[in-house]
Parts: sequence; structure tokens; C-alpha cells
Amino acid sequence: MSLIGRNIVRALMQGSQHVSKGVHTSAVNADQNVCFAPAGISTLQPNATKEGRIKCTLIPGDGVGPEMVYSVQEVFKAANIPVDFESFFFSEVNPTLSAPLEDVVNSIARNKICIKGILATPDFSHTGELQTLNMKLRNALDLYANVVHVKSLPNVKCRHNDVDCIIIREQTEGEYSALEHESVPGVVECLKIITAAKSERIAKFAFDYAVKMGRKKVTAVHKANIMKLGDGLFLRSCEEMAKLYPRIQFEKMIVDNCTMQMVSNPNQFDVMVTPNLYGNIVDNLASGLVGGAGVVAGASYSPECAVFEQGARHIFSGAVGKNIANPTAMLLCSANLLAHVNLHSYSKMIKNAINKVLTDGKVRTKDLGGQSTTKDFTYAVIQSLA
Amino acid sequence: MSRNYIKELLKPFRESKLFEGLSKWLAPSSGGSAGVVRGRENEVPAGRAGSAAYSTGVRRVTLIPGHGIGPEITVAVQKIFEAAKVPIEWDEVDVTAVRGPDGKFGIPQKAIDSVNTNKIGLKGPLMTPVGKGYRSLNLALRKEFDLYANVRPCKSLDGIKTLYDDVDVVTIRENTEGEYSGIEHEIVDGVVQSIKLITEEASKRVAEFAFQFATENNRKKVTAVHKANIMRMSDGLFLRCCRDVATKYPDIKFEERYLDTVCLNMVQDPSKFDVLVMPNLYGDIMSDMCSGLVGGLGLTPSGNIGKNGALFESVHGTAPDIAGKDLANPTALLLSAIMMLRHLQLNEHADRVQNACYEVLREGKALTGDLGGTGKCSDYTNAVISKLN
Repeated sequence: MSLIGRNIVRALMQGSQHVSKGVHTSAVNADQNVCFAPAGISTLQPNATKEGRIKCTLIPGDGVGPEMVYSVQEVFKAANIPVDFESFFFSEVNPTLSAPLEDVVNSIARNKICIKGILATPDFSHTGELQTLNMKLRNALDLYANVVHVKSLPNVKCRHNDVDCIIIREQTEGEYSALEHESVPGVVECLKIITAAKSERIAKFAFDYAVKMGRKKVTAVHKANIMKLGDGLFLRSCEEMAKLYPRIQFEKMIVDNCTMQMVSNPNQFDVMVTPNLYGNIVDNLASGLVGGAGVVAGASYSPECAVFEQGARHIFSGAVGKNIANPTAMLLCSANLLAHVNLHSYSKMIKNAINKVLTDGKVRTKDLGGQSTTKDFTYAVIQSLA
Repeated sequence: MSRNYIKELLKPFRESKLFEGLSKWLAPSSGGSAGVVRGRENEVPAGRAGSAAYSTGVRRVTLIPGHGIGPEITVAVQKIFEAAKVPIEWDEVDVTAVRGPDGKFGIPQKAIDSVNTNKIGLKGPLMTPVGKGYRSLNLALRKEFDLYANVRPCKSLDGIKTLYDDVDVVTIRENTEGEYSGIEHEIVDGVVQSIKLITEEASKRVAEFAFQFATENNRKKVTAVHKANIMRMSDGLFLRCCRDVATKYPDIKFEERYLDTVCLNMVQDPSKFDVLVMPNLYGDIMSDMCSGLVGGLGLTPSGNIGKNGALFESVHGTAPDIAGKDLANPTALLLSAIMMLRHLQLNEHADRVQNACYEVLREGKALTGDLGGTGKCSDYTNAVISKLN
């Protein structure tokens, strides 16, 4: 009963929001570069508060995360964006201060959207635990699809130009299973799990995404020549799925060849679908091609909610507190988040502002060859908001 | 055709005094040297199987021309070495699969024997026929030699235009276990588990080799590439082994990096890296990626170091479409052969051939089709020979 009641209230809220912000709905589909989940997968039902404002979970993360998130908050404040953040300190390297996993999961499940800095994953655990906090969060929310849209930015000088590919990565199984054991001292077995159900799910997601974004080709990245059963299963699932999408070209590529092609001719790639670890590799590699971890946005989707985070996840611990990290990636994440909740005009406003600052080229952070600080960049973006 | 050609080519050489001397030397030494070789193996994990003892004489090297363009590029290398008067005697064997006693197709016994006596080999590209009952020839060779480390130096070459001009990295890859253990099973329908196996022994061995390699080649830094943040036990073990070994080499800088970080930094600034050591799959990926940075597999040499010897090879494909047309690019095999010379401590010869090869690439007059030139394989070979002096 209460559920029905809540839904009705929510529907009313949505209605009123659309009336008061009619301008946003009119901008739907205007921007093809905006990342949002394909229809049927995402539920664009953020939890709206009384004033028609949207609630969003915020995880600053470790390393430079809090600085990046601060930059996003400043921009949101300046643009008067109707989003309220529900902030959680969540960290694996600082377990005593960290909010409990349950609280964070509940918050994201309630708000359906989250913006997240990078969580540091130390290579040991005091409690001997094999799962990292990131894995736990992904598994708890079933954030199975990680989407990174790698696109060359205006006036960011790199060796490669016009890179534009979408990398879709399965991130709940594979090498990140955290199933390991030491059979005898000095001999460790690590299990990589591939299941038909999850392979099919990610393959479907990839093809749906390609259709939604008007893309031509999907490339499956694998190593089935060596891992004949495991990666073979993944590849077969993709092949089966490809038959259902005759208009999308399907291609398969072995992961080592893929990395080689990526550094020599990245323009041949369109949408790529990968198991967990290969996705991690290709994401980072591709991010390196267009300017590094500071400029590439990404998002993780579950059937229910969306978590927006950087495409290449590095905590950049060397820059903590120095005010030198590049907030572009996080700002792009926030723009994608706004598009996801149908606030398209705000989303475009932020994207245009970022593009303007980058094109002008006067304010550049260190990673792009400039001397400006994180704050300079943030304020430059705010100045360019129109 | 190519086999006859090779024989024809080597005829004058085989009748020369050098060869007589060699056969004399081979007879008494075959028994006695084995003990020496074993002894050295234990202390030098690099598997430099007794090369010091032979370095003044002529070395006999097993030569596997391979398939497709293999024979052509092998002849090119042989010609160049002959012209450079490199003291190497080729023992050419054919590894075309034959049916073994167990009914499966595999490399012929003669090839295995040759490999075992010579302890060193040079190999062109091999093609394993697709079908049941065929074992991968590459894998069989790897087992026979017990090749545990794969070394691939990737260096930007003058005259080869790529987007990266400051690459000089060496990837060292553990070659026997890890993700390529081949242990996989389907637990229930639609659920597969593949086992990645990491052992202390193999990790120590490859780490030791990496530091040894760095010391011998005047490298400054060894980077262990791992993913211990998500595979805490297996990659953790690998990392621990690297750390342990690193303490024994205080002159070499040691650092550890996550695989994804290395990928990201490598494409942004490859000069940050020197020697990389890593488990099997990561090595496979990184070595191919680094090849991509310097111009592809046609330009990168590769060596496999093992307990029972070493095998140097070109890692590109057999290119059946241009086979026999004198269009293939022998650079990768030539550079691999140069690596082999260094392994045999024939450094002077190695430098000489290498300089000639680099000079030809720099001039860019005799480049083959894959590098954007119009030269033939034989033109390229002759160009290198003319630059030898």
C-alpha cells in the first residue's frame, strides 16, 4: 500500500518537476554525446524531494577525489542546479571513518544515482579479506556494466586525434571474483569465473547501447585462444547476441592484438565489449590516448541505478592537497549524471562550459601542459557557464 | 625450394675449415660439457648454457625456418651473418608436424634432439594446423626447452615513423604458468572457472632473471607490473617474490605499478619505463602493446630464455599471402638473431650487424612494403650487407 502511495507521490513530483522545468524535457535526445543507459535498463526515476529537487548520493573517495567532488559541488552551486547531495565518507584505506557499506548501498538504491570519486584499493587487507570495497559495492548493487566513452577533447593535444570509442566492461565476475587459495605454501590458485548469464547480459547491454547511441560496430575483446572455455563462453555469448542485431557489425579481437591496434590505430574502434580485466586494461589505455585519467568520464550501471565515476580510476595520491589535479573527468561525470536524470539543459550547460575552457586553452591544469590549479579550472568553468 | 636454397647457400661454408674444426670440437666436448652446463645453470638462472666456454669458437645453433615467409627471412638472416663472418654454424631442422607414437601430431624427434644438443635456437614464424590432434608447435618447443621467460625489447627505430619516438622498454614475461595454466572446467552448465596458477618458484625465477638481465644490459630500473589490489593472493605472491629479489640488487631501482596504471602511463610517456617484469597474461598484453608503440611485430625481436637453453624468434605471423614473393620484412628475425648473438656474448658481431640494420632503416631506401617502401626482401638484405663495413 505504502509502495503504491509512494509511486503516486513520485509521479506527481515528476509531473510538477516537468512543468516547472519544462525546458529540460524539450532537450531530450538533443545531445548524442551524453551518456545515459539504454531504455529498459535504466529507470529514470530519481528520488525527488518536495521542492522538485533531486537527491544524489555522493562518495568523495580517496586521493584527489574530495578535491574533484568539491569542484563539482562548486559548479552545481554556481549553476543553481536542483540536485542535493547525500554525502558519505567511504574508504577502504581508512576503515574506522568509513561509512558502513549497507548505508551507502541503501542510499544509492534509494536515490538511484550516485557520483563517486575513486576508492583506493590497497594490495593487502588487515583482515585478510580478498574482496575490495569497490567489488563489494559493485556486487551489492549489481553494477554490472561499466561504460567509458573515450573521446578526444577540443584543444587537448595528444598523439592521437579523433578517438571516439565506447568501452563496455562486465564488472561483477571474471578475474575480480576474489576467489583465491594457497593450495600448498608457494602455490596460489586464483579463479576466474565466467558465466553464460552474465556474459549474455553484458553482450545485450553492449548491443542495446550501440543501437541507442547510433553506433555501427561492436568489437568483443577476448583471449579465447588460450582460455578456451572461459573466454570461449564469453565470446560465444557475444556471437549469439550479435545474430539478434543484424544492423550492427560484429567483430572479435584478441586482447593483445587489441591493445596493439589501440596504440597504432585507435580510430577503427567503435563500441567494445569486454570481460572484467581486459576492460580495465582497455579503459586505461584508451584514456591515456586522449589525455589521461583526468579527462575521461565513465559510469557503472545496474538494472536499477547508475553510479557516475571517472573512466580511468586512479587516486593520484601524489597530488593530494596540492590543488593540481584536473577536475574535467569529474565535471563530465556530473554532466552525464544530469543528462541521466533528464536535466539536459543543465548537462549541456556544464559540457559547453568545459569545452569552452578547454578550447580557449588559457586555463590548463598540469596534466594538459598548463600551470593552472584545480580551483582556477573550476572557476574558469563557472565563469563560462551560460 | 627454400630448403634447397639454404643448402646451396651454406655449401661453401660447410666445406670450409671452420666446419671441420667444429665437428672435431663437437665430438669430445659433447660428453664433458654437459656437466659444466648443468653446473652453470644452477647458479645463473638466465640459462646462459655454457656459452662462455664456447664464445671463442663457433657456435652451433638450431635453425627452424618455419612456415610461410619464414624460409625467406631466415635466408636473409643467414646471408647477413655469413657476410658479417659471424662464427655461427646453423643446424637446420624441419619442424613440420609428424605423427608421434601416441598418434598425435607433434615436432619430429630430430628437431628435439637438435635443440637439446645445441641449447640455442633461432626460429621463424610457425603455423599450427587447425584441427584435432595437433598440438601447438610453439607450445611444444616451449616445453622442450623449458622456456620460462620471454624477453621483448621494444626500441624506437630511426626512420620508422610512429607516434612515439622515445620508447626503450624491455618486457619480461613469465611464460609457464599464470592465466595460461590451461586448467579450466565447466562446473555446471554456463559457469566456467579458469584457474590462474602462480607459484613462488616460477615467480622468483623470472624476477631473478629480470634483475640479472637489467644488470647485464646496464638498465637502471625494473618495474613489477601486477594487479595485486584485486588479486591479493596470487599477484600478491608474485609481487612479494619481486620485492625479495629486488633487495639483492641494490644498484637497480625497483618499483611496482598496477597494470592499468602502466597501460595509461605507457601510452602517454613511454620513457617512464625501463625493464618491466610481469606474469604471463599481462606480459602478453604489454609486450604486444609496446610493439605497437614502435611500429608493430615486424620490428620487434623476441627471445625465450629457459632452463635447457634459449630460443630466439620473430613473433609475427606466417603471412601466407606474400610468402615466396620476396616481399617479407626480415627485420624482426634479424633483430632476434642479434639478441641471440648478445646472449652468446658475441657482442662485437652483434653491434656490427645491428648498426648496419639500423643504418638501412634510417636511410629508408630499401624498406619493404610493410614499412611503406618498395624494396624487396633481397634488396633489404643486400643493403644491410653493404652497410656491414
